[in-house]
Amino acid sequence: MKALAMPFRRTGEGDRTSQGVLVLFLLAILLVLSCLISLHVGPTGVGLRDLFAYLTGNGESLTTQERVILEAVRLPRTALGLLIGAGLAVSGAMMQGLFRNPLADPGIVGVTSGAGLAAVCAIVLGGGVLAPVAMLLGSQFLPLMAFFGGLIVTWVLYAIATRDGRTSTTALILCGIAIGALAGALMGLLIVVADDRQLRDITFWSLGSLGGATYGRVLSILPFIAFVMAIIPFVSKGLDALILGDAAAFHMGVPVQRLKRIVIVAVAAACGATVAVAGSIGFVGIVVPHLLRLAMGPSHRFLLPGCALGGGALLLIADAVSRTVAAPMELPIGVVTALFGAPVFLFLLIGKNGIGARDLP
Amino acid sequence: MIIAEKVTVSRSGRKLIDTISIELKPGQFTVVIGPNGAGKSTLMKVLSGEMKPDSGIVSYYGTSVDLCQPADLAKRRAVLPQATQLAFPFTALEIARMGAVAHGALNPSEEARKALSRVGLRGFESRPYPSMSGGEQQRVQFARALAQVPQAVVDGAPRALFLDEPTASLDLGHQISVLETARDFASAGGMVLAILHDLNLAAEFADHLVVLHHGRVVAEGACHETVNDDIIASVYGIAGAVGRVPAAHIPYVLPQSRHR
Repeated sequence: MKALAMPFRRTGEGDRTSQGVLVLFLLAILLVLSCLISLHVGPTGVGLRDLFAYLTGNGESLTTQERVILEAVRLPRTALGLLIGAGLAVSGAMMQGLFRNPLADPGIVGVTSGAGLAAVCAIVLGGGVLAPVAMLLGSQFLPLMAFFGGLIVTWVLYAIATRDGRTSTTALILCGIAIGALAGALMGLLIVVADDRQLRDITFWSLGSLGGATYGRVLSILPFIAFVMAIIPFVSKGLDALILGDAAAFHMGVPVQRLKRIVIVAVAAACGATVAVAGSIGFVGIVVPHLLRLAMGPSHRFLLPGCALGGGALLLIADAVSRTVAAPMELPIGVVTALFGAPVFLFLLIGKNGIGARDLP
Repeated sequence: MIIAEKVTVSRSGRKLIDTISIELKPGQFTVVIGPNGAGKSTLMKVLSGEMKPDSGIVSYYGTSVDLCQPADLAKRRAVLPQATQLAFPFTALEIARMGAVAHGALNPSEEARKALSRVGLRGFESRPYPSMSGGEQQRVQFARALAQVPQAVVDGAPRALFLDEPTASLDLGHQISVLETARDFASAGGMVLAILHDLNLAAEFADHLVVLHHGRVVAEGACHETVNDDIIASVYGIAGAVGRVPAAHIPYVLPQSRHR
């Protein structure tokens, strides 16, 4: 906080503190702009002047229709996009820190598939075998199931791919492929036994969309995302130290096992919650942290808050694109993030400074 | 004072270190030597609290290391590990800064900068660690350890510096300057434990030399008591090499000779 108080203090060579603060400031502006864009665009445009008037508390100039659209559709959708984007990007960055590997992404290594499988289980079996659990958990049933699905996969991945505190990139990616295939097969089985209504739910959900955003959904994932954001200040120093290895982190006073458990739970919470309400939205968790590392350096004390801001902004912009390019049709947002993210990801792998050019431990 | 009493570590049926007792005293530069697999790194891991011994006790000023929180230990000792590789482009300053943050520095960047200049890396602050040479990386790590224990004694309590092969991948000049920095730390009242492979450097810098072989202490004491033909021959299998000048056609470089 001291750094925030004097944002443009000259801190000198090699110290990217002021750079980090500056980038965070720019990201905050970007986020505000993307919120406005998200509220503004759509089949029924709400004029920017009316929007400002509404947001500042004098919405008399708005028609009833505009007011309904804003309050019932745009606001929950913007809030949901904000939470999901922040959750995806922060959990991606945390996972990359945990595995000491810039390629670890919940989507690529299968955590999203695990959460998705659990969500499909919840949809298909929620009225049958799992009915008592569904009754007990109520509206939190789907997010909690997805959370546990993500948690199990993250734990399994960590156990398989990490030996003596070192994570093998190959083991990690192959493990992700195997888990993805297994989850896909089990989902196929569940789809066979699903009825029509459940099938529709699964299809909507598996494409990834902010479509049916409601305040209910926003509230159901809020605790998960809030938890992940709340732990940022407590894990960032530890994650920095962890980059030097388990032993070095311990030498610098980090309770390594506890930190890892917290981060695994946080990654699963963010993935589970986002998958439960919006399906699988890929690449946000790898593209945002990577671009921000280029802009502000790899230190988690700026990277994690940066991902929260940048992830939210990116997802809102992607959602605005998904609503406008094929209007009145709506593209699934997962399509937009993949169209933008996959090329960026490939670009990161090539070139002499690319991730692929470096010999990863 | 850091004390290990009768510590034993076994892995898959083999005793890596076998009932070793060792004491790190304030103001003393302790050097551990021994052939590969003698248990030097294991002993250091046990002393730094990183590894729990299967039997025996390690204590920091009378408190068992098991009862110390990682954060408390971090304030009392810093560890320089063997070669560390990174997949993320931290700058030299950011690495050293982590050490300063670990001991709760009020201005960690400033302390990191000081530590870097102590290891001769002034001007290297903004260099990305992965692009530095092996020797430079080693010195950045040393700077990180120094930044974690910037003062040898705080409020009457001496700090410790653990160095696992601090001279590996360094040129002769930097080997000496790193060990001189460590000796200054000991002279100021701190405790230093270093693992060295170079017997000449060990003989020059050690106040107290510990010779490990097959997980046991085979000799310890002042260098002139421990570095002799019998011990070197029995531990390394090289006989007749102590204190003798090589054949006339082989040039030799002994760093200790610079003090004559």
